[in-house]
Amino acid sequence: MSRRGREPPAGMRIEIKGARLVDPASNRDRPGSLFIADGKIAALDKAPDGFRADEVIDATGLVACPGLVDLAARLREPGFEYKATLESEMRAAVAGGVTTLACPPDTDPPLDEPGLVEMLTRRAASLNAAHVHPVGALTVGLKGERLAEMAELTEAGCVGFSQGQASLPDTRTLLNALRYAATLGYTVWLRPEDASLAAGGVAHTGEVSTRLGLPSIPTIAETVAIRTLLELMAATGARVHLERVSSAAGVALVTQAKSQGVPLTCDVSVHHLHLCDRDIGEFDSNCRLAPPLREPGDRDALRRAAAQGAIDAICSDHAPVDDDSKQVPFGEAEPGATAIELLLPLTLQWGRESGLKLAETLAAVTHRPARILGVPGGTLTAGSAADVCLFDPERPWVVRREVLASQGKNTPFLGLELTGRAVRTLVGGRTVHELR
Amino acid sequence: MSLSSKASLQVGPDGKLKHLLTTEGLPAELVRHILDTADQFVSVSERDVKKVPLLRGKSIFNVFFENSTRTRTTFEIAAKRLSADVINLNVGASSTTKGETLLDTVWNLQAMDADMFIVRHSQSGAPHLIARHVKPGVAVINAGDGRHAHPTQGLLDMYTIRHYKKDFTGLTVAIVGDVLHSRVARSQIHALKTLGVPDLRVIGPRTLVPAQVERLGVRVFDDMVAGLKDCDVVIMLRLQSERMNGALLPSAGEFFKCYGLNAEKLAHAKPDAIVMHPGPMNRGVEIDSAVADGRQSVILPQVTFGIAVRMAVMSMLGSAQ
Repeated sequence: MSRRGREPPAGMRIEIKGARLVDPASNRDRPGSLFIADGKIAALDKAPDGFRADEVIDATGLVACPGLVDLAARLREPGFEYKATLESEMRAAVAGGVTTLACPPDTDPPLDEPGLVEMLTRRAASLNAAHVHPVGALTVGLKGERLAEMAELTEAGCVGFSQGQASLPDTRTLLNALRYAATLGYTVWLRPEDASLAAGGVAHTGEVSTRLGLPSIPTIAETVAIRTLLELMAATGARVHLERVSSAAGVALVTQAKSQGVPLTCDVSVHHLHLCDRDIGEFDSNCRLAPPLREPGDRDALRRAAAQGAIDAICSDHAPVDDDSKQVPFGEAEPGATAIELLLPLTLQWGRESGLKLAETLAAVTHRPARILGVPGGTLTAGSAADVCLFDPERPWVVRREVLASQGKNTPFLGLELTGRAVRTLVGGRTVHELR
Repeated sequence: MSLSSKASLQVGPDGKLKHLLTTEGLPAELVRHILDTADQFVSVSERDVKKVPLLRGKSIFNVFFENSTRTRTTFEIAAKRLSADVINLNVGASSTTKGETLLDTVWNLQAMDADMFIVRHSQSGAPHLIARHVKPGVAVINAGDGRHAHPTQGLLDMYTIRHYKKDFTGLTVAIVGDVLHSRVARSQIHALKTLGVPDLRVIGPRTLVPAQVERLGVRVFDDMVAGLKDCDVVIMLRLQSERMNGALLPSAGEFFKCYGLNAEKLAHAKPDAIVMHPGPMNRGVEIDSAVADGRQSVILPQVTFGIAVRMAVMSMLGSAQ
């Protein structure tokens, strides 16, 4: 249940007690109390002098960790309100324990004007839920032709620039975009996919696309793009964040570049850690994703790279899609899946299966993505904002349409039981979600 | 993580055919049963009165989102010989261009009490989508979807091979040409593997051979002469002229030189090899007229058997309800 709009009295003091306190940034994982005052973390374990709690939250049996930071969540406004609204998706975010998110610019119109960005952040802020950080359009209309006003957009609140789900610009435009962004010190977020190699494709090039007769996108669409971007980074000095790496070969290139000191970060969508092209089954359009789900070996390589930290962050790549856009033949279905409410349980499952400690697991969805965003958050350090996720790590729940707060019900995990669920979410010390 | 098991759409728990969407995963007994049933219908087509009352009173809708006079006609003839009422809809030209969704079109037709839909669509998987959304008891037959499947064509090809070669388990079969874009090839490959063909080959330029096709159980040959060596069955695929546009091939002439079937190349197959083609043929592109009309060609019998096989499938689906 969400409690948006409930203003806590100034100076409200909260004690969260009995929880297992996990702060990946400081590699902390032990029981303790969390003391919140004035919307900030006042102290851990030991109450500050004179602290008297106005509210005591008994979190026995729960984990208290920093609110999740999601690098890609589509809120669908402006322009796609029939798919989802800010209200529905912000509710979904906090229901999933997400307190900070970056939204890609692929709205309609795209986020290529400061006015749009200001309106979006103002609307989002008025909902008193998660912090929203727009990623601005790299090119006007995401058309890959003219550069968007990056300085103006940054002033309006953009944390980086991206093409969203649109194709990468041609190499010359990309070179100029990176050169310009480097001048002003902005980070460019790019999904590495060679546009001409990917053109018309709807599934990974392999046995499954061959069996199903689906036009396909080869792995080299990703590796060619990564190699090109590495060249362009070297030539321009631009900082690049690679979005949604999807293949073993792609992640190997990233790992190699990082070991050579290239200032590169990258993320993976949580779907790609759990699914592969086999899961398309008999044309399940909920498995139509961009980039496409690849082979079991790719999935396993991504899981390993995320566990080893070569992949910096796991994101939901949340994309609520209306039923009409999914109940069509696979190749005509709009790509994407609703996922922000599944990010936590799916990340926990990956961590368990990879033998990671809880703090290591949660690092991929808290302080590491916060560092990429360049915003505070993702940690429980004293003095930081009291953005907290309280979750029950053992709680089983079944993904059903009616339990999802997101307006999008399009997920390959429908009907599956997951373990771990956000029970209560606080943003700036205010409870913004409480599970009934 | 593995997603919830997806039960077969086309075969019920009782092993009976509910829809015919693909030859992939069809049990061998079911394929043989279809071919045996078709045997009986071949004789119907040879009679003076070419009609049996098996589907009297049933409404069969030919719903073609992609034009094809020939395939539509063979289904129409098959349905009429089973005494069904046939309604032909060329939807490609009407509903979808007005913005109606595929499922809306199907639901509208279903409201007219259709018993069976014969569907052709340019998108792979469209018949699966329809089969998933029709009322229980309404059957869907895939008459060709994108590059995915054309199961009645695949089955009529099995009928033809069985007619001439009797047993599948000692055969060498080559499929030649544009496998990448061919739903016919995919349906043949699955059916041939199911029926136990030990040596199944695919021959074509690498631009027209799909990725990892070996995993379907075929051997890939770049060279046609090597690929045809000692074959019992040679299946030629249709090459569409638009393949020259996507930089997949330089020219029809060069394709014919490398992968067109002429008497000289055919001589490398067994002397009693049969030559097949799903039609319509491009003479001089994938096949030389001398071969197409030659003694080893069974291209016209394929068409005749096609009616019987479609009657078999329709009668099984119609009576299963």
